[in-house]
Amino acid sequence: MVRNVTNLSRSGLSDWLIQRFSAVVLAAYTVFILVFLIASPELSYVQWHALFDHTAMKIFTLLAMLSLIGHAWVGLWTVATDYLKPMAIRFIFLAVVAITLFVYLIVTVTALWG
Amino acid sequence: MNKNRPVNLDLTTIKFPVPAITSILHRISGVYLFIGIGFLVWMMSTSLESAQGFKVVQSMLSSGIAKLILWVTVSAVLYHFVAGIKHLFMDMGIGESKESGPKMAIGVVAISAVLIVLAGVWIWA
Repeated sequence: MVRNVTNLSRSGLSDWLIQRFSAVVLAAYTVFILVFLIASPELSYVQWHALFDHTAMKIFTLLAMLSLIGHAWVGLWTVATDYLKPMAIRFIFLAVVAITLFVYLIVTVTALWG
Repeated sequence: MNKNRPVNLDLTTIKFPVPAITSILHRISGVYLFIGIGFLVWMMSTSLESAQGFKVVQSMLSSGIAKLILWVTVSAVLYHFVAGIKHLFMDMGIGESKESGPKMAIGVVAISAVLIVLAGVWIWA
């Protein structure tokens, strides 16, 4: 059983579940954005802005970003524990990951409600 | 564990099965995406900021290097997506046998290769 202070949910099973749930959300968001962009070859700022003005789209985008944060954390945590054996280097790497994901969240929230 | 057991860690003498290759590519694309997503988040934020920001992203995307970065990033998304679907199938117990595993892995390579080429056509056409 995975028990480590740096894994997301302090349990390997919950991490696995978070990874799968977030994957489904991210897959749905990716398909939605790709279909929208392919279907709008002459996309204008007004159309693009109107899309993200919908409350449903704001919720979907924020949910996708939160899913990305959970998904990336579990994934990069796994990579870090597999390859970065010296604890100091592992913690520095995970700190950089955490800060970067936090910045992505702030930029997304600002883009949606700023 | 027997300390004198034979071990072979010389990667150059090991032929990787297809599922091993799709698995490591899934991991590599995931690590790359952690950075690549930053590019996409910046594009989303700038394009939504103002009509001017939208134009900045649009004109940036007319440059060859930006198109290349976008294509690499979209390719990583597509590959990670397709390989991830295989994972979800395997969670349900599909494609875990010695026969079906390599078939599913070849399917992942084939489907994502087609999608990546189509993405290139979409970005450059």
